[in-house]
Amino acid sequence: MKELMTGNEAIARGAWEAGCGFATAYPGTPSTEITENIARYKEIYAEWAPNEKVAFEAGIGAALGGVRTLVCMKHVGLNVAADPFCTFSYTGTSAGFVLICADDPAMHSSQNEQDNRYYARLAKVPMLEPSNSQEAKDFTALAFELSEKFDTPVMVRVTTRISHSRGIVELGKRKNVKQKPFEPNPPKYVMVPANARVRHKVVVERQKKLAELSETSPINRIEKGKGKIGVVSAGVAYQYAREVFPDAPFLKLGFTHPLPKKLIGKFAKGKEKIYVVEELEPYIEEQIAALGIPVIGKQKLPIIDELNPDIVKAGFIKKRKPNPVEDISALPKRPPNLCPGCPHRGLFTAIKQLKPVIFGDIGCYTLSVLPPLSTHDSCICMGASIGVSYGYSKVGANEIKKSLGVLGDSTFLHSGLTGVLEMAYNKGMNTVIILDNRTTAMTGGQNHPATGFTLKGEETRAVDIPALCKALGVERVFVTSPFKVKETRELVKRELDIKEPSIIISSEPCPLIFRKRSAPFAVDPEKCKECGACLQINCPALTRKGKKAQVVDYLCNGCSVCAQVCKFNAIERVPEKKATAK
Amino acid sequence: MTSMEKLDILIVGVGGQGIILSSRIVSLAFVRAGFDVKQSEVHGMAQRGGAVSSHIRASANVYSPLIPDESADFLLSFEKLETLRYLNFVHSGTTVLINDQRIDPPSVAAGKQEYPEDIKARIAKKTKKIDFVPAAAEAFALGNERIVNSILTGVLAAYLPFDKKIWIKTFKETLSPKLLDINLKAFEKGLEFKKNF
Ligand SMILES: Cc1ncc(C[n+]2csc(CCOP(=O)(O)OP(=O)(O)O)c2C)c(N)n1
Repeated sequence: MKELMTGNEAIARGAWEAGCGFATAYPGTPSTEITENIARYKEIYAEWAPNEKVAFEAGIGAALGGVRTLVCMKHVGLNVAADPFCTFSYTGTSAGFVLICADDPAMHSSQNEQDNRYYARLAKVPMLEPSNSQEAKDFTALAFELSEKFDTPVMVRVTTRISHSRGIVELGKRKNVKQKPFEPNPPKYVMVPANARVRHKVVVERQKKLAELSETSPINRIEKGKGKIGVVSAGVAYQYAREVFPDAPFLKLGFTHPLPKKLIGKFAKGKEKIYVVEELEPYIEEQIAALGIPVIGKQKLPIIDELNPDIVKAGFIKKRKPNPVEDISALPKRPPNLCPGCPHRGLFTAIKQLKPVIFGDIGCYTLSVLPPLSTHDSCICMGASIGVSYGYSKVGANEIKKSLGVLGDSTFLHSGLTGVLEMAYNKGMNTVIILDNRTTAMTGGQNHPATGFTLKGEETRAVDIPALCKALGVERVFVTSPFKVKETRELVKRELDIKEPSIIISSEPCPLIFRKRSAPFAVDPEKCKECGACLQINCPALTRKGKKAQVVDYLCNGCSVCAQVCKFNAIERVPEKKATAK
Repeated sequence: MTSMEKLDILIVGVGGQGIILSSRIVSLAFVRAGFDVKQSEVHGMAQRGGAVSSHIRASANVYSPLIPDESADFLLSFEKLETLRYLNFVHSGTTVLINDQRIDPPSVAAGKQEYPEDIKARIAKKTKKIDFVPAAAEAFALGNERIVNSILTGVLAAYLPFDKKIWIKTFKETLSPKLLDINLKAFEKGLEFKKNF
């Protein structure tokens, strides 16, 4: 049977066909849908872990317990999980362990554009790179085989274009794999220095065997062609390169760590030039150059952003025409925005007037950095808001106490707890606001340890966030509704002035995920004084009609924040019956 | 009619308009009609009101999931202004189908920038095959603003070389029974807008 599948759906299918029994992840674009799809297979236990490190460790446990295991994360997730990743390479596994790592060239939804292929080299772990949905499925299944055969975790590296593009996939059956009982083996699994020294040697030997396999693996193949220019490529870049050089000889790489050095040498022989077409860093290029083979790659292609056929063509063949009729940069931009009715809008509207320094974090709320809300002074990585606001307030004079850390509930549970310990233990003076919308909204609304539900939809214990903050040592913990703008502002103002660490939980559910909607508001044109204050909250449901403000009623969610900022009481809720779909 | 050696279709608009569902249906229809297809979009921000685009490529054998410059056979735009952002994909043979709807970007709503008035003239510099379709108005007339996307799927489908049965089958495969009827009705409405350029 053939199906149209995204790369992510195909990976989930590949894991299922390979007999995977345990899947764990923390959401992160573009990897999220892999685990969401796996959750549909009843044969696989699937879960959201609180963060990537915990997911990785839970995965190690499941693999040692003898069940084929898949762990998925976005590129920056592997920074969080790098600690277990680098040492699990030493111990090796029992049942197959596959890490899917999804990079995001062009940063469609990420804070950086790191090239995680270097992690495979760093940890001495084999890496496969699919170039379409079919390969995404096949390579995932192959990764399980390699993992068991070579006693190593295997990394499958994809990118946004692989994860989120649909292509045709030939489906197979599920393989029956038996659970292997755990065989205790401290020299192998207990990484004290004496054992680790021995294991590192094993890893180096394993690398040699993997290098041999890479030479003969069918996923590293020479595709014959015409001409004296040879093209080396991997991942989605291969598809772009194929489009631009339809007849050239290719070395198509699927097994990209370790690279097949002899095969590369054989391919290069007799060619006048070797082009390397790869996204982001010169990962393949530098390794080929180190073999003494002259290559042309990043000299012609950008090191940042995604590639596409036009960029590849412009690099190697002819310059790209500028868009002849439109200067796109002059068009009004359409940046993503907080949704109508988003509780984050209420919170930022409340605190903006106080002009605090705001150390933000990663989630939907980061969208409020754009004007006119303009309410972020930093955003680094998940959980950073707490440590950064703590450190800043610690070195500051009195007025610097006005620093806030702002983060979401999922981010808080992901990596905020240790930050709170820091501010409580070391007598911080900062105030942290947790935007509790009962979900992981940015990535599409996943459950987390405070929602009361698991990935599979079962009810579970929900952690009590205020009680948790108190248990971590912060005494001043308060809960507010961000839709009460004035009250929230006063609470935050009071806490900013008190020289003690405090936490405010801004609590309202996400209307997008919970489909919550109240009767819409409307502007009374008689009362509107055209001051534009309501437009400063940047709600998609608010626009202008002439100079007057206007509510687009079918977009309005009825949150009332605009009405609260109007000094002239010109915005009022439309009585339930009169609200019409225009 | 475009030759069926290859068809490159670009669907663009604003997050939340249903572009992703529409492009899923179109690409699945190609698969059911026996073509190799690749479809690519970027989501994540898709529901947050940002600009969204989806590339659909069909031929005997598709490599790149992204359409090259000046190669789109069809540009289906869910919002007028958004069309202008993608004119680099348009050539003199491209058919540009546009939902005659204006959604103000934040800078326009805030009165800082003007919404362009000469959209048609600007597109016309590249192709003469332009049609503005009142899909949003039709959706409101049918009493449901959420079916604009299925009307527009119909508008595009009228130009594509496969049987209506394939479309109906694809809709059935993609939508829940609860949503099927109203969306098929919308799709049929869209089919009526076909123009002979
Ligand atoms: C280490 C890491 N993992 C995952 C992500 C992807 N990611 C971005 S924001 C976010 C969660 C946001 O949830 P929350 O903090 O609850 O805020 P919300 O979006 O709901 O407002 C995730 C998972 C990331 N950026 N970094």
